[in-house]
Amino acid sequence: MPYQFTVSPDFGPNQLAGWHIFNTWLQRQLDTDIHFETYDSFEAQRQAIDEDNVDIIYANPYDASFLVREKGFVAAATPQKPDETTIAVLVDSPVQEIEALTPGSKIAQTNDPDISMMGMLMLEPANLNAGNTTAIHQDSYIQVAKALIQGKADIGFFLSEAFDELSSLVKSQLRPLVSSDIQIVSHALLIGPKLADRKEELTNKLTSMDADPQDKSLLQSLGFEKWAPMDEDEMEFMIDLIEALAA
Amino acid sequence: MHDMSPSDIQGDYQETTLKYFDGNQRKVLVTDIETPYPEGKLIVSRTDTKGNITHCNRSFIDMSGYEESEIIGQPHALLRHPDMPAAAFEDLWKTVQAGDKWHGYVKNLRKDGGYYWVYATVIPNIRKGQVIGYTSVRRKPSRQKVEEAITTYANMN
Repeated sequence: MPYQFTVSPDFGPNQLAGWHIFNTWLQRQLDTDIHFETYDSFEAQRQAIDEDNVDIIYANPYDASFLVREKGFVAAATPQKPDETTIAVLVDSPVQEIEALTPGSKIAQTNDPDISMMGMLMLEPANLNAGNTTAIHQDSYIQVAKALIQGKADIGFFLSEAFDELSSLVKSQLRPLVSSDIQIVSHALLIGPKLADRKEELTNKLTSMDADPQDKSLLQSLGFEKWAPMDEDEMEFMIDLIEALAA
Repeated sequence: MHDMSPSDIQGDYQETTLKYFDGNQRKVLVTDIETPYPEGKLIVSRTDTKGNITHCNRSFIDMSGYEESEIIGQPHALLRHPDMPAAAFEDLWKTVQAGDKWHGYVKNLRKDGGYYWVYATVIPNIRKGQVIGYTSVRRKPSRQKVEEAITTYANMN
């Protein structure tokens, strides 16, 4: 029975091939069979985790909390690329600051739990919350952008990296209203209890990937430059931070 | 904690003596200058179980006006503004020592005598069932909520 590897569904569409290649790299390094599975939604992935069908996961910080504290996962490494959130409006929207937004605002967003949480926190200065706004769920950040352009939503929540990667044609029709600058919250590669005894070995292999030009190129295709070790203490404090923010 | 120094203060100030729960007191110098909360930032710090700061992020340093070396090891009360009622902090400590999360609007004192408002959350860091310290995260507050807090705190003092 091969181990199961999955990636938080918030990765960019142009990164899928890179994650397949990364899975091949993982199998070679650990000398074991690993099946790469992608999920269409955060809910479907959460269900797979609940059913113990995930052994290795590139997890977003919100899910990391559940995986570490409820499922006994440990961090093998982090890309140390902070997850930031951008709230955008149409380029010609009269809204120039968060405080100008009013109750009843329609928010286009994906089901990405980190981005939804941070987006809502950044709306607090306008006294907006889930109770006086309407969430319009979309399948991807491209769809969030389209919802704004088509006038279906007043504001959109984006993973900042995804906003930056929108085509120039789409981006030219949007305007960032505010972007987070948290710096200390990031994705992490987590391994489950079945692979826990290989954590140190995997961390060593991951953190030396960038020394090999071909492997470094693979990391760049995933959107970052290198893996850094992440010890238990760092992970626990990141989880504390997420839990402090999750009301 | 040292008394605040007039040489650090920007603008006209008033002098007050703050008395803390542990019996210590500190002379603080306060001005009417508010520093707006920066967009999109979180101010994060960690303390040990006694409330002494062990870690802080760049936003904490920038907003407090202190150097990191002046912050680490100091009690979190370094940022206490005299307009904040003691009862608010009493509630904070009771809540987190019971293992719960505390939320509240807080007026913090800067090194230069000015102030900034935050919406703060404090949670206990629990490891293997033991509280090993506390994490505090502050974010930009709603102005309306700040105005309400000003009224509430004025009635508590």
